[in-house]
Amino acid sequence: MTRLWIIALSLLLAFPGPAMAVQPDEILDDPALERRARVISEGLRCLVCRNESIDESNADLARDMRLLVRERLVEGDSDQEVLSFIVERYGEYVLLRPTTEGINIVLWIAAPVLFIIAVLSAGLYLRRRDKAPELAGDSLSEEDRKRLQELLKE
Amino acid sequence: MIVELGHFALIVAFAVALAQAVIPLVGAHKGWRDWMLVANPMATVQFLLVAFSYAALTYAFLVSDFSVKLVVDNSHTLKPLIYKISGVWGNHEGSLLLWVLTLALFGASAAWFGGNLPASLQARVLAVQSAITAAFMAFTIFTSNPFTRLANPPFDGTDLNPLLQDPGLAFHPPFLYLGYVGLSMSFSFAIAALIEGRVDAAWGRWVRPWTLAAWVFLTIGIATGSWWAYYELGWGGFWFWDPVENASLMPWLFAAALLHSAIVVEKRETLKSWTILLAILGFGFSLMGTFIVRSGLLTSVHAFAMDPERGVFILMILAFFMGSALMLFAFRAPILEAKGVFATVSRESALVVNNVLLAVSSFVIFIGTMWPLFAEMLFDRVLSVGPPFFNTAFTPFMVALAMVLPIGAMLPWKRGNLQRTLRPLWGLAIFSVAMGALTWALQTGNSPLVPIGLALAVWVVLGVCADLWSRTGRGDIAGRLRRLTRLPRADWGKATAHAGLGISIFAVASLMGWETEDIRVVQIGETYEKGAYTLTLQSVDRVQGPNYVSTMATIEAERDGRHVTTLFPEKRFYPIAGMPTTQAAIDYGVWRDLYITLGDPQDNGGWAVRTYIKPFANWLWFGCFLMALGGIFSLSDRRYRVAAGAERRPQNTVPAE
Repeated sequence: MTRLWIIALSLLLAFPGPAMAVQPDEILDDPALERRARVISEGLRCLVCRNESIDESNADLARDMRLLVRERLVEGDSDQEVLSFIVERYGEYVLLRPTTEGINIVLWIAAPVLFIIAVLSAGLYLRRRDKAPELAGDSLSEEDRKRLQELLKE
Repeated sequence: MIVELGHFALIVAFAVALAQAVIPLVGAHKGWRDWMLVANPMATVQFLLVAFSYAALTYAFLVSDFSVKLVVDNSHTLKPLIYKISGVWGNHEGSLLLWVLTLALFGASAAWFGGNLPASLQARVLAVQSAITAAFMAFTIFTSNPFTRLANPPFDGTDLNPLLQDPGLAFHPPFLYLGYVGLSMSFSFAIAALIEGRVDAAWGRWVRPWTLAAWVFLTIGIATGSWWAYYELGWGGFWFWDPVENASLMPWLFAAALLHSAIVVEKRETLKSWTILLAILGFGFSLMGTFIVRSGLLTSVHAFAMDPERGVFILMILAFFMGSALMLFAFRAPILEAKGVFATVSRESALVVNNVLLAVSSFVIFIGTMWPLFAEMLFDRVLSVGPPFFNTAFTPFMVALAMVLPIGAMLPWKRGNLQRTLRPLWGLAIFSVAMGALTWALQTGNSPLVPIGLALAVWVVLGVCADLWSRTGRGDIAGRLRRLTRLPRADWGKATAHAGLGISIFAVASLMGWETEDIRVVQIGETYEKGAYTLTLQSVDRVQGPNYVSTMATIEAERDGRHVTTLFPEKRFYPIAGMPTTQAAIDYGVWRDLYITLGDPQDNGGWAVRTYIKPFANWLWFGCFLMALGGIFSLSDRRYRVAAGAERRPQNTVPAE
């Protein structure tokens, strides 16, 4: 928990100045490589910002990370290799798309599992409603009925 | 003096709220009519007191009373008038007072317009609402007092966060609060109904307008926030899956589910306990949103009150209201008997599908938002869950929703025939898929995003038209057109809101799939090409604003040799707050926005300039506007004006046609 508060505090100091993220001098000459760099950057978190990817952030650290990503790509790394390099250096926290390793699998399968449960229970309920006899009688009291009539007439 | 009176009024209002939370409940339980009826004047008094208190705080901002700590922290004498007013809610304490004011306003509205509610139900609704208000008043008074004075007042304030000094953001929070707090009304109605032990068609009719209003406000609030992010944050993003944004999207989805299931309660007297549960959870997620924003537990761009003590207080409010509500629900839900019977193929079932999709998608956002917290606390893993996860996990549900929408909207109540409903829709489905395929073939690149988005949008919008047309019955065209204009407003509301959803889906897809970007260094006088446009950086000047200094570029845009527009992207610096901001220059258009931001000066004398072409950007906000408008149409439908209107006796009514 304390780590979270430290992060929170450091964020207060580094309020994101909204401005240019990727600078013109960072852009690689090879457009294909640059496009890959942008896609990778969009999935990496700027460590000193509040919930921004390094592609959006103009913090110095984000710039360093963008340059690092491009450096690795120029060296010939694959996208996956670049990601593992960055994760090794900065930790799992930088990944905006969480991995499916370990307990994280729960996060990824939560949606489909929940959906299947919801569909099954809704299906059961619907079948039951289909078979249920129409309830005779009415829970409205005589007074309520009169009042309803009045309202409907208005 | 006025500030102290405001503080005092708030404390008195707190006392009134406490009394109002207890006396009507006892009255309703014992059947003492006068104890029940006392809730009405109390709600009015409570509202007036809070309104006075809020006005006192606004006064302190208007006259720049720098002996009040809040004014010092968030205002400045040079600040434009509108931001002095919006500065009241541009901070934790003031926005909390606005929360309380909205809560009291909704409570008072239930007293003013709820004249035709059964006395015991109204008393209970007002009591529950007042209990919520009291909890938030206690929060304000004991942990976040906006009226704190300073012993040594400074000469001037430290100014409002410049990012918040913007018309879009000035009105974004009040709408969101109206939405969050509107859901408290649905919650109060749900609890009151559980205490009464009775949920019937009339209850559905009473609760729906409140939910609808809350949903409309939330829609407007979210859309203005998104629009603000689009033009202010400088790279034209419109949604960041930020915890605070998620905190507003979850109640929005729940409110959307609730306003659909309330129709089922109203028309068919079934799905009762589910609807009650949705009302409870909807408000629960509102509170959760407040907790997320104010505790600073999940860091985000918006969090302005990172204080564990406050977080704990909200968590206690959340735990108390959700805990007792869910307990009450567990005891009472079994006695809420469903009456209407319906077949598996029917409008009711379609609305169940709608509810499943909306509720599950909302839970997906919940899990994604809270996961970093769970992972850190339980498994000691520090990780992030960002846009890539949400885009992957959330989108399929919206796609499914759009796919079933036109079919569900046309299925008849009680018992439907899928073949018959689908007959007029087959052609539309094929046409939509064909349009998607055509787009895919014509576009550059092979991202399936826009083709799918377009196909869904065409399908939804045409489905809306088919639904409207089918409502006009048979006969010649003229007669059907005449009947079209006479359809109930609720039908038009449904059509408008659904069409708005379709248009928004397309706009999101096109912004994500078709946007193009250009980053470069431009010398003054230099011309460059972007898409079909020829852009010339004519000059970069220093401009003095009221409370900022601006570096403003002048860029002329031409197309085929003809002048299109001149854009002035800016970088502003607010010396008092010591903060830079970016003002993008945007040429809004029906088919595309031309979006330019100015970056830093370069060593060789040029300026960094970012140019974007954002196709169909305006359609997103137009779609949101249509959704809100549809809600307003529905809200103005005759049956709600009658049900939610002031007490009226039957007059000499004209017989129905």
